[in-house]
Amino acid sequence: MSVLIFIDHADGHVKKASLEALTYGADLAKQLGVAAEGLLLGTVTEDLAALGKYGISKVNQVSNEALNNLDAQVYAKAIAEAATATGATVIVFSHNQTGKAVAARVSARLKAGLVAGAISLPDTSNGFVVKKTVFSGKAFANVNITSPIKIISLNPNSYKITAGEGAATVNQLSITPDAAKVKVTAVNKVSGEVPLTEAEIVVSGGRGLKGPENWGILEDLGHALHAAMACSRPVADAHWRPHHEHVGQTGVQVAPNLYIAVGISGAIQHLAGVNRSKVIVVINKDPEAPFFKAADYGIVGDAFEILPKLTEEIKKIKG
Amino acid sequence: MKILVCVSKTPDTTSKIAFKDGNAKFDDAGVQWIINPYDEWYALVRAIELKEKNASITLHMVTVGGADAEPIIRKALALGGDEAIRINADSNDSFYIASQIAAVAKDGGYDLVFTGKETIDYNGSSIGGMVAELLDAPYVSLATKFELNGTTATVTREIEGGEEVNEVALPAVVSCQKGVAEQRIPNMRGIMAARTKPLKVVEPVAVDALTSVVSFELPPAKAGVKLVPADNVAELVRLLHEEAKVI
Repeated sequence: MSVLIFIDHADGHVKKASLEALTYGADLAKQLGVAAEGLLLGTVTEDLAALGKYGISKVNQVSNEALNNLDAQVYAKAIAEAATATGATVIVFSHNQTGKAVAARVSARLKAGLVAGAISLPDTSNGFVVKKTVFSGKAFANVNITSPIKIISLNPNSYKITAGEGAATVNQLSITPDAAKVKVTAVNKVSGEVPLTEAEIVVSGGRGLKGPENWGILEDLGHALHAAMACSRPVADAHWRPHHEHVGQTGVQVAPNLYIAVGISGAIQHLAGVNRSKVIVVINKDPEAPFFKAADYGIVGDAFEILPKLTEEIKKIKG
Repeated sequence: MKILVCVSKTPDTTSKIAFKDGNAKFDDAGVQWIINPYDEWYALVRAIELKEKNASITLHMVTVGGADAEPIIRKALALGGDEAIRINADSNDSFYIASQIAAVAKDGGYDLVFTGKETIDYNGSSIGGMVAELLDAPYVSLATKFELNGTTATVTREIEGGEEVNEVALPAVVSCQKGVAEQRIPNMRGIMAARTKPLKVVEPVAVDALTSVVSFELPPAKAGVKLVPADNVAELVRLLHEEAKVI
């Protein structure tokens, strides 16, 4: 009996979303009175034993460099074998890009019920009931997993990472992965920017900024906050900003601690991409903008005057 | 070459979300139903584009739902494609739904199965991966570009902070999102043609669900926006720092 937490990594490092999953899995193991173990496929440069500080006692590794590229089919088989080898009764993923590719496959393979997009620990007082977001963040569902093995994939940025003391033992699993049917031929990463889906603070601009030449003042605010940059759909469609910055129903869905929307009216399709943000700040010159109804804080006024002042004030407290 | 596109019926994006029967069920009173946008705008339209380039491609679509799903699937047929299959079952368990689709996919011998990246109601992003596992086929998720080249496909997929280009052997399952294609509006010829396209109804295979929804809940109402005067930006920063504690 154990909780097995899948540890996702890129460029030799464990992803932040997986540190959330590790903390979550360790807390869940405590709740169930079982051990918490991690599982890493492939190789990383950092010290795996140090992951013990997130509350796990053991890190299982399939140390094979072929696994540094994702093939969901190969991953699912290896994870299922590892789950059987370690006697896992609960498997935890992050509901990030990798989790979305792999967790469902493992679920079908092991006939283990999956709750995808969980936001809190399960209620185990009567069954195994996990709360997840539904209707694009407009509601929650409490879902009971009825199979013997249970799989949870945790929404990024919904569980706080806690690091304490302790080291994990590292255990090499002798699992031979299948040959990949998916070949990675190119990787294009935007360097030097905070990835939108991992960002704790997101600064987003809309048509109210009037043109791409005006993005400098928004970027200044973004830099001061170490935030990721985003935009509304009309801005991406007009090619003022790249498409990967478009947040909304059909773009990227984000759930940062702080979302600052400047010059965005707040159409329902935009809100569907941002309404899981913990705190929303809206700056808009139109007091009737629907976004104010979804906001926690707001300023009615001219973004071109407000943004430079805001950046300056933030620099003061950030020292 | 045979392509199967999975389509799902979902409430329109602008629907008011409410629940009934002691929060056990979605309240569909007055709700406008649409094809899940990711299934329609991206998966289906891309499949139609592939067929337009290569007329020998057979394009089928499949949905799991009751008779009330038929207007949605007729609308999908109006965009294009040869035939639709409705699996006569209603469920919100991903494994149950995926098992039904996989049974149809296995029977039909499809080279390619497309899904949307998620449905806008249950947001599980699970059907594609489960169908792929049940078919023992490779799976590329969150595709932003898709090209066929004979027995393989070149798929660009989203990763954190960028994109990755994958070469995948067929048969394969691919989940689609923005970038793969552009939304289309069905024209009158398509709507007329859809009326006579075959819509087969098949009964579900016996599968046990692995999950069940106990209840739904709405998020607590927002306390209301706290407005700060435009000439006192420092106050906003103070609130974010001291009250909300987010900076």
